Amino acid sequence: MQSLDMATTDLREVNATLQAQTSASNQTEWVIDNPRGAHAVAVGLDTPISVTVRGSTGYYCAGMNAGATIHVQGSVGPGVAENMMSGTVIVDGDASQYAGATGHGGLLVIRGNASSRCGISMKGIDIVVQGSVGHMSAFMAQKGTLVVLGDAGDALGDSLYEARLFVRGSVKSLGADCVEKEMRAEHLDRLADLLERAGADAKPSEFRRYGSARRLYHFNIDHADQY
Amino acid sequence: MTKTPTTEPRQSWTFSREVNAEIRRAAATGIYDIRGGGAKRRVPHFDDLLFLGASISRYPLEGYREKCDTAVTLGTRFAKKPIELKIPITIAGMSFGSLSGPAKEALGRGASMAGTSTTTGDGGMTEEERGHSEKLVYQYLPSRYGMNLTDLRRADAIEVVVGQGAKPGGGGMLLGQKITERVAGMRDLPVGIDQRSACRHPDWTGPDDLEIKILELREITGWEKPIYVKIGGARPYYDTALAVKSGADVVVLDGMQGGTAATQDVFIEHVGQPTLACIRPAVQALQDLGLHREVQLVVSGGIRTGADVAKALALGADAVSIGTAALIALGDNDPKWEAEYNALGTTAGAYDDWHEGRDPAGITTQDPDLMKRLDPEAAGRRLRNYLNVMTLECQTIARACGKSHVHNLEPEDLCALTMEAAAMARVPLAGTDWWPGKGQF
Amino acid sequence: MCGIVGLFLKRDELRPQLGDMLTDMLVKLTDRGPDSAGIAIYSQPGEDMKITVQSDTPEADFDGLDGTLSDALGTGVTMRVVGNHAVIRVPAASGAAAVAHLETRGLRIMSAGTSIEIFKDVGLPRDVAERFGIRGMGGSHAIGHTRMATESAVTTLGAHPFSTAPDQCLVHNGSLSNHNNVRRRLAKKGVRTRTDNDTEVGAAYISSRISEGASLGEALEGTLSDLDGFFTFVTGTRDGFGVVRDPIACKPAVMAETDDYVAFGSEYRAFADLPGIDTARVWEPEPATVYFWER
Repeated sequence: MQSLDMATTDLREVNATLQAQTSASNQTEWVIDNPRGAHAVAVGLDTPISVTVRGSTGYYCAGMNAGATIHVQGSVGPGVAENMMSGTVIVDGDASQYAGATGHGGLLVIRGNASSRCGISMKGIDIVVQGSVGHMSAFMAQKGTLVVLGDAGDALGDSLYEARLFVRGSVKSLGADCVEKEMRAEHLDRLADLLERAGADAKPSEFRRYGSARRLYHFNIDHADQY
Repeated sequence: MTKTPTTEPRQSWTFSREVNAEIRRAAATGIYDIRGGGAKRRVPHFDDLLFLGASISRYPLEGYREKCDTAVTLGTRFAKKPIELKIPITIAGMSFGSLSGPAKEALGRGASMAGTSTTTGDGGMTEEERGHSEKLVYQYLPSRYGMNLTDLRRADAIEVVVGQGAKPGGGGMLLGQKITERVAGMRDLPVGIDQRSACRHPDWTGPDDLEIKILELREITGWEKPIYVKIGGARPYYDTALAVKSGADVVVLDGMQGGTAATQDVFIEHVGQPTLACIRPAVQALQDLGLHREVQLVVSGGIRTGADVAKALALGADAVSIGTAALIALGDNDPKWEAEYNALGTTAGAYDDWHEGRDPAGITTQDPDLMKRLDPEAAGRRLRNYLNVMTLECQTIARACGKSHVHNLEPEDLCALTMEAAAMARVPLAGTDWWPGKGQF
Repeated sequence: MCGIVGLFLKRDELRPQLGDMLTDMLVKLTDRGPDSAGIAIYSQPGEDMKITVQSDTPEADFDGLDGTLSDALGTGVTMRVVGNHAVIRVPAASGAAAVAHLETRGLRIMSAGTSIEIFKDVGLPRDVAERFGIRGMGGSHAIGHTRMATESAVTTLGAHPFSTAPDQCLVHNGSLSNHNNVRRRLAKKGVRTRTDNDTEVGAAYISSRISEGASLGEALEGTLSDLDGFFTFVTGTRDGFGVVRDPIACKPAVMAETDDYVAFGSEYRAFADLPGIDTARVWEPEPATVYFWER
């Protein structure tokens, strides 16, 4: 176990140290102490190392992660795991706006709540939020899966493309072009797999599925009020 | 019997044939006109400025013999690896998707031969472009199509696009015809659907957040790569100052004549300021912050000739960027395809339906047959030639003004032909020592 | 475009530490605004009116000012000079006359009220706090702001907080898009603004609604329909503070509450040194929702 203390080590050195690890390295377990809300902690990691952040972080923690496992034992600021390519990011506390924004792959687990625009413009990432998500979550979401064990705020899935949304609790309102859809066996399987990987205690049958009505895929004057 | 004279049929200036045609088109389709390119209306431009040249009070340099340097380094403020260019002319961001793969390759070939950089655009980085561009600027856009860690680190610089001159404050729209399997794959979209690009970044809003986004990009790329911030010419003084306060190494400023792959015509023609009017406020912001030349300013939007380049530099830019002109150099809107332009209901020079993907010149298309019409090697050579000509023209003017480096051109080397240009460029009306607003800046 | 912090103390024993705690919070957010910084600090309301003024030439302007003002008002005046600011105390009944007199002398009024004092200046939060000795100040609640100016001038007057009525103040993160029209509408009603700053219009709007009989809550609700653009507002009054975000709510805001305090920050970083933060309730204010804490 290697340790980096942000009370005495600056951000550049923390990230440079983690980024310098190669897949050949045998130093695969790292701990970061005293993040105290710092921004851009553990960003751009592209080897399968494991990083535990003991405390809360600021903006863009685990940004563009590609293969690492990053576990934040605290809450995270805006844009956690933004544009993640692969790997796993786990947040024990809450996440601020834009969690998992534009993520292309990997798994983001938020054990608390996520605020607005969770999964905005997501492009393949899987996100499991054990609490609730705020307004405009999955806005313009293209691909991937958003699972919410709690409730969803206003305008869920606005201008949605092909991402799949599963919500166990209530949905305050659906955004433009987002509709409830039939839950088929393939969806229940997918959900069961994600819940298991996220360590979330919920039954797939308790969820409802939401997806794109695909009415905005080609401009149609009769839908102009939805633009 | 004498015939009573009659009046001539008179068209309305307000309701001109063009205006009426647009009303009929709108009434028939119910959708606004979407097109590519930049503003087509006449606006005050570099043509309205002239250089004074040397005579007795100043001494010119000898053409071809005495050195007139054109090199420019971008990103000297924070980046460990600034971009060194041989010429002060770069290729602006144009997306793969709006352009074909061979067209991106041709841009890379031409720019590399001329010693300058190309820029990706909205839609990710292609092998054609990375492979053939010695220096490649990777655009970081609201859509984040194709954005990934590997390509970010393969880039030579990162350009955070906040806006562009054709549509400051707006997003984009690429119609389904161009969302082929390859384009869709790079953008994670279903094949064949209209693609709407966001107007704001998904994970930050405002300069205070942008500062943190720039920090993240630097941390991901080891503080090596220059971070450009591109803004549309709307409020250039404030936007330049805020880009600098957010930590930009380079500010890219795109005036309203700057092109787009596709957006609403009403946006292109009615939002934003002419390029000429944007430069001085931006330079003023840099000067007020004490960072003129330390944070470099790249100006784009309607640059066509070496004279335009020289004038932009004289007004305070460090370099210029070309998009539309580069496409024309490759072969866009070439009259040799006139019959086909006519078949599309247009004419060479006026073709701007780039989003429809039926470009006879094979540049703004994803149609495999049309794409074959562009030979990337030959087109690359044409772009190289054109860049060389512009550079030589710029040098010629700079030498005539007694400058051993094109960056030593100054606003005082210029005069204006019109009151409008004088006011916008803040240089004297020809034959006077006055411009409208003088003394108020 | 800025960083905001706010602290409302629930436990009186913490009051002497208010300035110290708030300064730590504000300095953490320095990156969000390098242009200017300001603090509004509320202490136990007294009988007197406190007027905080600023001058670019404090030596000349403040020399003998208390005597001159005392003569002009025919009443007792005390004055405390802090850098280029001075806090002038006059009997409440003479407050309006004192403000008018101070303005005719070319002094800039930062705030007036029985409780509020506002200190603001260009520079970084650390330097501004040092200049005014904020760390040594106690009180019940305080709001701090560090500014990255968008379109209005970087000056002392353009710094936040803005105070447009006794004991009221407002700070803002964001950018209003209809403030020029609102400013003109307010001017028609006789509401004066002193700067070209969008936030001052927001402050004047709230003060104007309150003077017309609205509660603070109603005035804040009104910002949601009458002000356009992006904003996170934090507003202070003699008895408490309120928070409201626009319906899009893309400018950041975090709150924390314990038995001892309610804290506001543009970022979590601001809370890192607060006592008991690890077990505090931390949440983000909802869009288009008014929050208010009052003693």
